[in-house]
Amino acid sequence: MTLVIAAFVLWAGLWYLNVQLANGRGGDTRAVGLAVPVIFGLTLVGMWELIVRGLELPMVILPAPSMIAARFASSIPTLWTDFVQTFVKGALSGFAIGSLAAFLVAILVDRSDFLRRGILPVGSFVAALPIVGTAPILVMWYGFDWQSKAAVVTIMVFFPMLVNITAGLQETTQMQRDQIKTWAASYWQGFWKLRLPAAMPFIFNGLKISSTLALIGAIVAEFFGSPIAGMGFRISTSVGQLALDMVWAEIVVAALAGSLFYGALALVERWVTFWHPSQR
Amino acid sequence: MKRLVFPVVVVVAAILAFWYAACVPMNIKFALMTAERQGAVVSPEGMITRRDMSPFVLAAKNPAQWSDTWVQDKPRLPAPHQVVTELWAQTMQVAPTSKRSLVFHGWITLSATLLGFAIGSGLGILLAVGIVHSRAMDMSVMPWAIASQTIPILAIAPMIIVVLSSIGLQGLVPKAVISAYLSFFPVVVGMVKGLRSPSPMDLDLVKTWSATKAQTFWKLRLPASAPYLFASLKIGVASSLVGTIVGELPSGTGQGLGFRLLSGSYYGQTVQIWSALFATAILAACLVAIIGLMERGVLKRMGLG
Repeated sequence: MTLVIAAFVLWAGLWYLNVQLANGRGGDTRAVGLAVPVIFGLTLVGMWELIVRGLELPMVILPAPSMIAARFASSIPTLWTDFVQTFVKGALSGFAIGSLAAFLVAILVDRSDFLRRGILPVGSFVAALPIVGTAPILVMWYGFDWQSKAAVVTIMVFFPMLVNITAGLQETTQMQRDQIKTWAASYWQGFWKLRLPAAMPFIFNGLKISSTLALIGAIVAEFFGSPIAGMGFRISTSVGQLALDMVWAEIVVAALAGSLFYGALALVERWVTFWHPSQR
Repeated sequence: MKRLVFPVVVVVAAILAFWYAACVPMNIKFALMTAERQGAVVSPEGMITRRDMSPFVLAAKNPAQWSDTWVQDKPRLPAPHQVVTELWAQTMQVAPTSKRSLVFHGWITLSATLLGFAIGSGLGILLAVGIVHSRAMDMSVMPWAIASQTIPILAIAPMIIVVLSSIGLQGLVPKAVISAYLSFFPVVVGMVKGLRSPSPMDLDLVKTWSATKAQTFWKLRLPASAPYLFASLKIGVASSLVGTIVGELPSGTGQGLGFRLLSGSYYGQTVQIWSALFATAILAACLVAIIGLMERGVLKRMGLG
C-alpha cells in the first residue's frame, strides 16, 4: 500500500514541477519544451512500476516496466528476427511497392481529366474502408510467408497515396502552368520541374499516414497465419502462453520501429520541402 | 452532377470487368479438374501435366471452361455476383437473430464500435479542452498524443482481450475498449487544433467585451472547432470499426464480422470471407456517411456550410 501512496506522491511532485516549468520564465525555451514531456513520460512509467509492485498485480494482467525491460534485454535476438520478418520484409517492401504503384497510377490519372474525376471519388471511398479485412484472402493467395504481408501492406498503402499524390499534382496555379508553357516546356519538363516539387508536401503527408498503416497491416496480417517468426506471430502466441512481458517487449519494438520510420520520413520531408511555409 | 457520376460509373464498371476477368486465371485449374472428371475434353489432359503450367496459358487454351470459373463453391476468387448473392442470402433470407445472419454479426460489431467510439471521442474532447486551457498539460501530453499516432496501437488488441477476460470482462466491453483507444487520439489532435482555430483578433475581440474564460469557450472556441471536430470524428469512427474487427479475431466468442472473417479463412470459405468483407465495408461507409450528414446539417445551421 505504501508503494501505491508513493506512486501518487511521485505524481503530485513531478506534476507540480511540470506546472512550474511550463508556466515559469523559461517556458518557451527548447530545453523546457523537451523536458516537460520527458518528465511526464517518466512519471507515468514510475507510477506504473510502483502501482504494479504495490498491488502485487500478477504478470497476466500487467507486467511492471522493469520486467518488460529485462525481458527485452534477454530476448534481443528473437526480437530482431521478428523485426526483420515483419518490418523489413513485410512492411517496408509492401510500403515501397504500394507507393510506387500509386505514383505510376497517379501520373496516368493526371494525364486524363476523365480518369481523375472517376478514380478520385472511388479511391477516397476505398481509403476509408477497413482494408485490413483483406488480410485472410491475401494470406490464402500468397502463403504464410512475408509475401502475403507485403501484399496486404501494398493495398493498404495504395489508396491513401493515390489520393494524396493526385491532389498534390493539382496544387499548381493556372498562372504557374501558363508561365512554364510560355517557356515552351514539354509535359515532362513541367512535371519534373514544377508540378512534382509542388506536390511534395502532399506526397509526404501521404507517406507519413502510410508508414503507420504499413506496420499495422503487416502485424495484423500475421494474425491470420505466419511462419514461426514475426511480431504479429509472437504477440498472438505469447498472449496464448500468458507471457505478457514478451507481448509488451514486442509492443516496445513496434513503437520504436513506427516512430523511427515516421521520424525518418519527417527528416527527409524537411530536406525536400525546405521551401514550404510549414518547414520554416 | 452528370459530369461527376458518369466517370465514376465507368471506373466502377471497369473494376467489375477486371474482377470477372481475374476470376478466370485464378480459378481455372479447379474448373479444368472438375470438367475433366465429368468427361469433358480439356487441353492438356491430366492434372499432373497442368500443375506447373501458367494459369494464363491454361485459360487461353480452354475458353469453354471460362464460365465454370464464375460459379464454383470454394473459388480462390469468387465472382462479384456470387458475393452479392451470398450477402443477400445472409442478410435477407435468414432470421436476423440466427448465427448465420450477417445482420446479427454486424449488429454485434456495430454495438461495440458505437460504444467504443462514444467513449473514445468523449474522452478525447475532454482531454482536448484540458490541453487548450492548461499549458502544463499541453506541453506534457500533446507530444505523446502525436507520437502515439505513429505507433501500431492495433498490435495490443489481442492482449487487451486476454487481460480483460482474465479479470472477468467478456463480450462487448473489451472490444469497445480497443475501439475507444483507436478513436481517442485522432479526436484529441483534431479537437485541439479546432479549439485553437480562432484567430488572435477574435480572441482579442471577446476580451474587449470582458468575456470570462467560460464564455470565450462556449461562444467562441467551441463553435469554431466544429469543422475540425467532424473531420476527426470521421477518421475516428473508421478506425473504431477497424479496432472492433481486429478485437474480434482472438476473442473466440464466435460473434461479429471479424469472427466471420477468421472462421471463413479457417475453413476456406472464400465466399463467406468476401461477403463479411463487403459487410464491413458497407458498415464503414454508412458510419462515415452518417457523420458526414450530421456535419453538413450542423455546419449549415451554423452558417459555415
